[in-house]
Amino acid sequence: MSVALRPARLNPLDVVRLAAYGLRARPLRVVLSAIGISIGIAAMVAVVGISTSSRAQLNHLLAALGTNLLTAEPGTSFFGEAATLPDASVAMVGHIPEVSAVSAVGQLADVNVYRNREIPEAQTGGMAVYAARLDLIETISAELAYGTWLNAATATYPTVVLGARAAARLGIGANTIGTQIWLGGQWFTVIGILAPASLAPELDYAALIGWPAAKAYLDFEGDITTLYLRTDPNAVEAVRDILAQTANPADPNEVDISRPSDALAAEAAADVAFTGLLLGLGAVALLIGGIGVANTMVISVLERRAEIGLRRSQGATRGHIRIQFFGEALLLSALGGGTGMALGAAVTAAYAALQGWPAVVPPWVLAGGTLATLAIGGIAGLYPAIRAARLAPTEALAA
Amino acid sequence: MSASGEAIVRLEAVARTYPGSVAALRGVDLTVARGELMAIVGPSGSGKSTMLNLMGTLDKATSGRAVIDGFDVASLRDGALSALRARRIGFVFQHFHLSPGVSALDNVADGLLYTGMSLRDRRAAAEAALVAVGLGHRLGHKPHQLSGGEKQRTAIARAVARQPLLLLADEPTGALDSRSGETVMQLLLSLHEAGTAVVVITHDRALASRFDRQVSMLDGRIVADERSVST
Repeated sequence: MSVALRPARLNPLDVVRLAAYGLRARPLRVVLSAIGISIGIAAMVAVVGISTSSRAQLNHLLAALGTNLLTAEPGTSFFGEAATLPDASVAMVGHIPEVSAVSAVGQLADVNVYRNREIPEAQTGGMAVYAARLDLIETISAELAYGTWLNAATATYPTVVLGARAAARLGIGANTIGTQIWLGGQWFTVIGILAPASLAPELDYAALIGWPAAKAYLDFEGDITTLYLRTDPNAVEAVRDILAQTANPADPNEVDISRPSDALAAEAAADVAFTGLLLGLGAVALLIGGIGVANTMVISVLERRAEIGLRRSQGATRGHIRIQFFGEALLLSALGGGTGMALGAAVTAAYAALQGWPAVVPPWVLAGGTLATLAIGGIAGLYPAIRAARLAPTEALAA
Repeated sequence: MSASGEAIVRLEAVARTYPGSVAALRGVDLTVARGELMAIVGPSGSGKSTMLNLMGTLDKATSGRAVIDGFDVASLRDGALSALRARRIGFVFQHFHLSPGVSALDNVADGLLYTGMSLRDRRAAAEAALVAVGLGHRLGHKPHQLSGGEKQRTAIARAVARQPLLLLADEPTGALDSRSGETVMQLLLSLHEAGTAVVVITHDRALASRFDRQVSMLDGRIVADERSVST
């Protein structure tokens, strides 16, 4: 014998061509079984995309608002009574060199706000009344939605600026600035409405009046309930460590310090758990899609026994048959995965556009999606491909 | 290539028993010389197709020896057997086995996929083979646009495009009317004249009588091996 008998190798392009040929012959079935994979991948890409976009928005927000805001609250005394911060604490905290700005509010206990004097006293609407320092709005980076903020003059008169939610509850909007509301048994004129304050959400439900007005009209004693301060961004922790002693040297253990940007970050972390759940659902859809592909391939092998026999008679080895069906399963799931990724990205973009967020689909999701698709297709195609290759040529031709 | 004196097919005491001890072949001795033209006749179940599958290396003998083009089939693994089929053996089936939705040219070209030829070479060889069977004007037609005779000629083109040493046909005219059948017969005879060994299964005695050699089978045995006087 002169020549050794060596089977030909299929070049990769021919393998793709073979796979495409098998799929082209049954387009409806291909679409239906690709949909399963497609939904799974789309769900996973969209879930990750949306939560990443939301985090991008949050980072954006934090960058704009700054993470160097600290708040100090009196907390409760050793005996469980509500404590207060001394009036002088504002000045004392202001003396810390790393503190760039400091402001304060004092809640007026037992003072409530109503739309008018006819509202029953019990219907407080959960809104609180605070005396606010004039520099509060800059310190917490809040913005006015309508009207004006308090100034040195209006702070001495019965005027009020409402938090965003409080204004909505009282039914006061852009066109009703200047109306009077019933606050602590007196009429106060609304001069402005705040936009939602991301770093001080408690102020969204507040009615803010001037410090002197609170003293003059409502017997406010000047007790501070919350100190807001901005620090050097690199010294936030250092300031935090000495803040309690500075604000209340007598009882430092009564002071609660918090960093509002932490709360926003924690919100993002809570989203992660939810994202995990949705990702799990996407994975289930993907798994079911994979089973669909396996099912399609098994049926395909059964139906195409004659084709397998013919190919064997033309010189196809078991390996050739195996790679043909394996390639077909991979291509099928790649079709599903490709449309799924496009769909997931589109959903992310649409949702982000709706929310006014930047649309972000992290590259690792696309890489992961591709990998998951190929893994699912490979696993789904393995058994049918092996089965096709094991078919005896004579048996296949007899079918 | 193998020694020129070596027969293309040599079966020595070949038996083939299927699971459940159904004996399809019970000790067959047969030699097919290179370029020979042979008809195998016999009733259904006489073992014709089993013998054709053994000659085409699609099946292996349970006992005895099958030597194809000098290679002992029993000693070859799947890859080597497939390579043997890819380059030396062409099959023609009663029901054509053409891929629907694929042009005649691509049906024939796909048949050469496992020969290791490039796509361009496969297409060129396919076109030449289709022209040779008289279908040069049907290259782009899909199987459903071809008549039965044209389909079988396409299938023959697919079998011969690889220029096989051995062409095996199982009832190639069985699904055709007599006129188309005659065209296909002429084609097979002309292939023989070109030097290919042609082995055809048929149960049509009149058809078989036109072959140089007729082997009759019954119950897994060869009961007659006649050679007609060459015309």
